[in-house]
Amino acid sequence: MEKKQFNNKLVQWVDHRLPVFSYMNAEYNEFPMPKNLNYFWNFGALATVVLVTMIVTGILLAMQYTPHTTLAFGSIERIMRDVNYGWLIRYIHANGASMFFIVVYIHIFRGLYYGSYKAPRELLWMLGVVILLLMMATAFMGYVLPWGQMSYWGAQVITDFFTAIPIIGNPLTEWLRGDFVIDNATLNRFFSLHYLLPFVIVGVVALHVIALHVHGSNNPDGIDIKEPQDTIPFNPYFTAKDSVGLGVFLIIFAFFVFFAPNYLGHPDNYIEANPLATPAHIVPEWYFLPFYAILRSITFDIFFLEAKLLGVIAMGAAVMILLIVPWLDTSKVRSARYRPLYRIFFWVLLVDCVILGIVGVKSPSDLVFPGISWFDYKTLGLIGTIYYFGHFLFLMPVLGFIETPKPLPTSISKPVIPLASGGGSAPIGAAAAKKEKA
Amino acid sequence: MRRQMLKCMLAVGFLFVATNSMAAGPLKHEPQDWSWQGVFGTYDRAQLQRGLQVYKEVCSGCHALKYVAFRNLVDLGYSKEGIRAFAKTFDIKNAEPNEEGDSYTRPGRVTDYFPSPFPNEQAARASNNGAYPPNLSLMVEARPHGADYLYALLTGYKEPPAGMKISEGMNYNSAYPGHQIAMSAPLDDEAVEYADGTKATVKQMATDVTAFLAWTAEPNLEERKSMGLKVMLFLFAFLAILIAMKRRTWADVH
Repeated sequence: MEKKQFNNKLVQWVDHRLPVFSYMNAEYNEFPMPKNLNYFWNFGALATVVLVTMIVTGILLAMQYTPHTTLAFGSIERIMRDVNYGWLIRYIHANGASMFFIVVYIHIFRGLYYGSYKAPRELLWMLGVVILLLMMATAFMGYVLPWGQMSYWGAQVITDFFTAIPIIGNPLTEWLRGDFVIDNATLNRFFSLHYLLPFVIVGVVALHVIALHVHGSNNPDGIDIKEPQDTIPFNPYFTAKDSVGLGVFLIIFAFFVFFAPNYLGHPDNYIEANPLATPAHIVPEWYFLPFYAILRSITFDIFFLEAKLLGVIAMGAAVMILLIVPWLDTSKVRSARYRPLYRIFFWVLLVDCVILGIVGVKSPSDLVFPGISWFDYKTLGLIGTIYYFGHFLFLMPVLGFIETPKPLPTSISKPVIPLASGGGSAPIGAAAAKKEKA
Repeated sequence: MRRQMLKCMLAVGFLFVATNSMAAGPLKHEPQDWSWQGVFGTYDRAQLQRGLQVYKEVCSGCHALKYVAFRNLVDLGYSKEGIRAFAKTFDIKNAEPNEEGDSYTRPGRVTDYFPSPFPNEQAARASNNGAYPPNLSLMVEARPHGADYLYALLTGYKEPPAGMKISEGMNYNSAYPGHQIAMSAPLDDEAVEYADGTKATVKQMATDVTAFLAWTAEPNLEERKSMGLKVMLFLFAFLAILIAMKRRTWADVH
C-alpha cells in the first residue's frame, strides 16, 4: 500500500498506527479504473447500498418484531399501524429484497456478458456466487418471518426438499426444522439465522472487494489495462458515475415503496399462517421463480433416482454451475463485444431464464398455447431447463473452439481498427464514442 | 450495443410485469373507480363513515376486525368524544380478571380493538354452518384484485346458471372462486339507514364497506402517497444535479 502524506496532524497520527486513511485513499480515491466502463458497472455499488439499507431497516424491524407463531403476524401489523413510520421501514425492507435481487441478477449477467469471470478473476466470481447463495437463504428465511400463508407454506415446500435425500433425508429435515413439523422452533431459528446471515454476506462482500482490487475491474472491451492513459482514478470519476446510477435506482426503488408496495408480494401473505388450509397455488417470490421452474420440470425417475431428488439436485445445480463457469468457458476473449456467436447465445440464455420465470408462476399442467395439447408448462419448463444447463455445459465450452472472435483493440485508449474511409480525421475520442453506440 | 442492451433489459422487465399480472388469473372483476387509487388518491371520509356503519350493522355479526382499534377511527373524521361514545356501545371482555379473579365485561374504551363476534374459531364455525367468517381487517390486501374483488363478491349474488348444482347451505356467487360460497347474500336494499341520507342500495353499501375495508387494510395509505410525492420530487431534482455533476467531472475524459 502506497503511503500518502496527509495534512491533518490527527489523521497522520492515526494513519501511522492504523492505516485506514491510506487504505481508503488507495482503494477508493486513487484506485485506477478502466475509463471505458459503462453504466452496467454501477451494479456492484448499488448492491452494496441495498445491502446496507437492508441491514439498517432489518435491525429496526427486529426491535418491534416478535418471533413467535402466535404473535409474529400481529407484530407485523403493529409495525404497519402503530410504530412510527413502521409501514415505511417494512415496505423498504420488503421491496428492498426484490431490488437486491434485480441489482444482483443484472450484476451477474453483466459479468457473463463481458467475461468478468475469466482469469485472473475466477475467485472474485466464485465469491460472488457464494454471496448469491447466502442472499437466497437469507431472503427465504426472511419471507417466513411474517408468518403469513405463503411464509408458512413456502417454508413447508422448501424444507421438504431435504426429505428427498436418501436415508438421512427425514432425520435431517427434522433437525433443520427443529420439530416434526414447521412450528415455533422453525420460526425462531429462521429469525436467528435471518439476522446472522446478512453479516456473513458483509464478510464475503469484503473478500469480493479485496479480490476485485487485486487486478481491478474488468471492462466492456474485456482487455487488460496496458498503459496509464487507460485508467482514471475512482474518485471523482466513478463516485460521480455511480451516483447517477444510484439516483436512477432510488427513483425506481421509491416508486415501489410509495406507490406499489405490495405489487411484488403475494396477497396470501396477508392471511395469517394456517397449517390446516393449503393455498390454491404455493408460489415463491419472483426472484426464485426460474429455480422453482427447474425444480418442478423434473417429473420422471432416472434409474433408482426419484424425480423429487432429481428436481432438488437440478435446482441446486442451477446455481452451483455458476461456480465452474470460469473453466467451462474455453474462449480466450473476455467480452461478448468481440464474440459474435457467444453474444447471441447470451441473449438466448437471458430469454430462457425469463421463460423459466414465467413457467414458475404457471400450473405445470396449463397449456402454453390453447389447442396444442402436448405443450404444457411442464414441457416448456423441461425444455428451458435442458437449455439452461446446455448453455453452460455444452455451448460455453464448444463456442470457444468454433468461434472466430473479432479483432481486439490494442488498448482501451485506442480504437479497434485504424480509421479508414468515412472517418476522416476525427479525433480518437469521437471514434471511441461511435464504437460505443454501435 | 449499449442501447441495444438497455432495450433488451426493458423488454425483459415488461415481460416480468406482464407475467406477474397474469399470474393472478384472468381479470373477471370489473375494475371500479376508487377514490384512493392513483398517485394522488385519498380516502373519501364520508364514504368511510358510511362503510363503518355497514360493517357495524351488517358484517360485524359474523366478521372480526381484529387489527382496528376505536382510536383509529379518528382517521375517518370523527371527534374524540364521538369515538369515546362509540366505543362505549361495545361490551368488551377485560383482558385481566378482576380482584376476585373473575373475568368480566365492561363498556369499550378508545384503546380497545373491535371485539370479535365469536370467542373462538370453533364457536364461529358452529354458528355458521361449519364455515369460518374471516377477519376482515386485511381483506383488501389479502385477495388478488383487492377492492374490485370484494365489491364483485358483495354484488355477485345471482341466480346460478342453469344446470349448476348448488350444495346444501351454499350460495351461488359470480365472483367467488368456485362460485359456491357459504356466506349468504349479506346486503339487501335498505339494509342500513345511512346517517347522511344516502340511498342504501346494495351497490352503494358494497362500495362503501369496501372503501372502509380498504382503509382498515392500509390506514397509512394517504401518508404513504403524500410522502412518496415529496420523495419523488426530491429524487428527480437530486438526479438532475447528479447528472450535471457527472457530466462536468467527465468533461475532460476522452
